[in-house]
Amino acid sequence: MGSTDRRTLLKSIALTGGAVAAGSVPAVAYEKKSAPPAAMGMLYDTTRCIGCKACVFACQQANDLEPERDASGLHLAPADLDGRTKNVIKLYKDGDRRSYVKAQCMHCVDPACAAACMLGSLHKDEITGVVGWNPTYCVGCRYCQMACPFDVPKFEFDKAIPKLVKCELCRHRIQGAVAEKDASGFTRYPQGHGPACAEVCPREAVIYGRRDELLDEANRRIAESPGKYFKDHLYGETEAGGTQVLYLSHLPFDKLGLPGYGDTSVPTAAYSVQETLYKGFIAPVALYGVLAAVMLRNRKKEEKSEKEERS
Amino acid sequence: MSDHALVHKPLGGSYWNPFTRLMVLLAAVAAAIVAWRFANGLGSVANINNGYPWGIWIAIDVVVGTALGCGGYAVGLLVYVLNRGKYHPLVRPAVLTSLLGYGMGTLGVVVDLGRPWLLWKVPIYFWRWTGSPQLEVALCISAYVCVLLIEASPALLERVSKEGSPAWRRRADGLLRGLNRAMPFLLALGLLLPSMHQSSLGTMMLLTGPKLHALWSTSWLPFLFLVSALVMGYGIVVLEAAFSGWAFRRPRETAMLTRLSNVAFWVGLFWVVFRIGEVAIAGELPLALHGRGYAFVVEVLVHLAAVVILASGARRASGAWQTRAALLLVLGGALYRLDTYLVAFMPGANFSYFPALPEMFITIGFFAAEIAIYVWAVRRFPILAGHAAAAR
Repeated sequence: MGSTDRRTLLKSIALTGGAVAAGSVPAVAYEKKSAPPAAMGMLYDTTRCIGCKACVFACQQANDLEPERDASGLHLAPADLDGRTKNVIKLYKDGDRRSYVKAQCMHCVDPACAAACMLGSLHKDEITGVVGWNPTYCVGCRYCQMACPFDVPKFEFDKAIPKLVKCELCRHRIQGAVAEKDASGFTRYPQGHGPACAEVCPREAVIYGRRDELLDEANRRIAESPGKYFKDHLYGETEAGGTQVLYLSHLPFDKLGLPGYGDTSVPTAAYSVQETLYKGFIAPVALYGVLAAVMLRNRKKEEKSEKEERS
Repeated sequence: MSDHALVHKPLGGSYWNPFTRLMVLLAAVAAAIVAWRFANGLGSVANINNGYPWGIWIAIDVVVGTALGCGGYAVGLLVYVLNRGKYHPLVRPAVLTSLLGYGMGTLGVVVDLGRPWLLWKVPIYFWRWTGSPQLEVALCISAYVCVLLIEASPALLERVSKEGSPAWRRRADGLLRGLNRAMPFLLALGLLLPSMHQSSLGTMMLLTGPKLHALWSTSWLPFLFLVSALVMGYGIVVLEAAFSGWAFRRPRETAMLTRLSNVAFWVGLFWVVFRIGEVAIAGELPLALHGRGYAFVVEVLVHLAAVVILASGARRASGAWQTRAALLLVLGGALYRLDTYLVAFMPGANFSYFPALPEMFITIGFFAAEIAIYVWAVRRFPILAGHAAAAR
């Protein structure tokens, strides 16, 4: 991460230098994003999960996903997120060290998928911060899949009319219900309107609520039992610019498919470059002006020399 | 704009021979597979998957393909901006290959898109535009295809003006005069747009963040892609001249290609120095000696070989060496782009990708179609310049 940052900086300096030399664009610093105040999220705790996979099947039901079947028609448990799986439980095992881990969309504070999307088909809700998919504008380019650092968005490669499949925090179940602080101390929707995985979890291994409340709860758990969690660290508070799904784990996060990303969001590098070059469309217009001027001048020169040749 | 001083002539001759038959056959096979793909989904013909959503259709057909179409851009820069009119005979064939390269790249995108029936919304729904580097690429490439069509249109109009009925001749002549007047503004656009989208093709992979191998991940990506477009552009123009010399038994414009090889030498040298220097300054050179790093070594060595060939004045003046060096430059640039989009992309150990046979046949078919159309166009339309004009 460090070297990438350094190169980003070098590039910015060079671009600024170039721009100043051209006398046109000031370099634009890409603004660091923060989660909306009412951002919803989830908190998953490996020490509570027993791997029952109730959440996996609740997710399939709530999202109308047809599970894979074997030849005799029996349902198979999914091995990973795919075109029919938005939520999955995996097991890490190394001798005595073992842990379940839940995978679904992290609902990044600054999502790379949405930054990749041309017409905002993938869009981060301004209020809840949930990253949803709108089929109306999706051309199926799959740039979101290239960009997502957690490999979350999945595509129906086996269909002639494919859809993008990813966890949308069960936003379709809200149906006008209002989230209010309930007895648990978390801001939640009435039963049946919140994320299905969290609602069915028998051990509260995954809970949902407002991100700030979940941050408090996670920090409370860490403070309550120091040393219980890996490096007393809460994954997702800052990783990749912050995520709205947070993880507590007794094992190293990178063993559980949660790489040690720095606190810079993925879109930062690309968007710093892009916004510097294209802010206000000044640089392209200036370059066009220069090119056209050079060409007009050259043509005049040529016409003049041709006239002289003829006379 | 001294077009009138040049004699562009259709080659004429018969189109069909074993080579063109093979090209058309390959294109037809690809078309059949494309039909199958639209009926049964991407996965029915391609090995692209949820970890490697982009395969050779994007990396080769689009990212390499459009760079192969940068001959028009690279030569245009010399002829129109640096006012090196002596390269003018190269412009028309270069614009034609550019049009073909970009046209096929655009078609390649449509084949690759999962939901292409919504593509029309991208240029129209401007109020939904985001800052996505890919949006910039998409809009810019479509605009450039239109510019190339207009830039290439004089070849068609000149034919009409020679062979059409009197009414059509008048129309064609009128259009040609109008085009000639508007040309500086159009040509400026034809240089601006590739500068924009070729660099954005580099920016695009910056958004893959931690999934891109450190040897390829740098904020200089847009600049590297722009320079690589020039490297490949000069290479492809020389190759094209060699191809028409061989295929149509035309005299080689060796003197002009020698001067162009000189330009290619400096651009290639700059590439090698910059590519190694940038990685070295970032302290990532040791990564080159294991795993995917070898791809970096190969990529740089291929460029370097071309530069070494072109370093000697005697070899620059030799047709055979010009062609070898040009081939290496095009190959090196293609490898750099393929590496950045496929080899350096690391979605994790759970995923793997190697193209399926039908997937490869679609890519092969696209290139075959390009060649088939090129041969047809230079035989029927005034695109290649006469020898007398070239020696001017």
